[in-house]
Amino acid sequence: MSTAEFSGFIFLSSLAAGLLGSLTGLGGGVVIVPVLTLLFHVDIRYAIGASLVSVIATSSGAAAAYVREGYSNVRIGMFLEIATTLGAVLGAWLTTRVPTSAIGFIFALVLLYSAFASWRKKESHTGNIRPNKLAGLLRMRGSFPVADGKEDYVAQRIPAGFGLMFSAGTLSGLLGIGSGAVKVLAMDQAMGLPFKVSTTTSNFMIGVTAAASAGIYLSRGYIAPELAMPVMLGVLAGSLIGAKVLVHARVNTLRLVFALVIVALGVEMLFNSVAGRL
Amino acid sequence: MRLTDEKLDIAIGRTLQTGVLLAALIVLVGGVMYLLHASGARPDYSHFRGVAEHLRTPSGIWHGVTRGDAGSVIQLGLLVLIATPVVRVILAGIGFLMERDRLYFWVSAIVLAVLCYSLWHIR
Repeated sequence: MSTAEFSGFIFLSSLAAGLLGSLTGLGGGVVIVPVLTLLFHVDIRYAIGASLVSVIATSSGAAAAYVREGYSNVRIGMFLEIATTLGAVLGAWLTTRVPTSAIGFIFALVLLYSAFASWRKKESHTGNIRPNKLAGLLRMRGSFPVADGKEDYVAQRIPAGFGLMFSAGTLSGLLGIGSGAVKVLAMDQAMGLPFKVSTTTSNFMIGVTAAASAGIYLSRGYIAPELAMPVMLGVLAGSLIGAKVLVHARVNTLRLVFALVIVALGVEMLFNSVAGRL
Repeated sequence: MRLTDEKLDIAIGRTLQTGVLLAALIVLVGGVMYLLHASGARPDYSHFRGVAEHLRTPSGIWHGVTRGDAGSVIQLGLLVLIATPVVRVILAGIGFLMERDRLYFWVSAIVLAVLCYSLWHIR
């Protein structure tokens, strides 16, 4: 395979990963890493370096669109970014010390959990308006647009959410992914925020979290420019196309198919890491 | 207060989008340069050695760009990309300051400090 062909194949795979990632809401990173390692036999450290870069591109690129919709909550996001960035620094530090087979193993588990979380039926639970002392102190409340006006919400169980966000950041730094699934878990399940607010705020936070480990990745030589180039451009293009498609298409069947693809990748990755081939 | 919040958010969103487009453009230019000069078999990424030293620091990358090194141009684009979330935190912090929201100004400052700690590695 020539260099041009190789870059072309990586670009097309990244395009597909970005599309898949945005349609399932998982993000492109969690899909492109197994594709690079399993299909193209790229060392997992180069793979997560390229993935992390594409994660920043997707998050920052979509920021304007999400803000316009009026769902994301900048204060809640910023406060929780303290937890995710600290976690990301720990994760990036761990990456340089943990054997690659262990990284592969953890990655596979996160992949399988993410597939489960995206496939699970989403009960569109609305905002919690129970007063909460800490939320009052930190002004972690807001309102979001609904069909008939606006609906208010107040954050609950903030320490639990903060702790989960630290874990989400650690996974992001360790695996080079946005770990949107864990971030949504923290806001939607632990803090009782409306689902739409959780997903958009999570997307907002992903770029800042990833930037916190990018410096460490770059200085360790994980970010290979010739590999990151087609990955970043492909995932970015794929996720932008995905966001456009998402508005029009009926995505439930697609989502099921994609969840199955991700499960297959996860199982393959689990097997390979246990066999010591990663 | 709500109104300024919204305006600020939209301004931040636009800034981020511009940053990403600029980064993608630089990466694309570097990519074209790379592919025009690339010959022979695909590079091997199956063994990790870490990329060349000059691709790990801003000064090394800038030096490479002035030499016309394709990899350095791509890496410059990626540096611009990594800077976009940092700019976001700075703009949000300034916004909170303008709203006299001291609590969230300091929250933004803490996040910025953590980011700077990480980026300090590539000095």
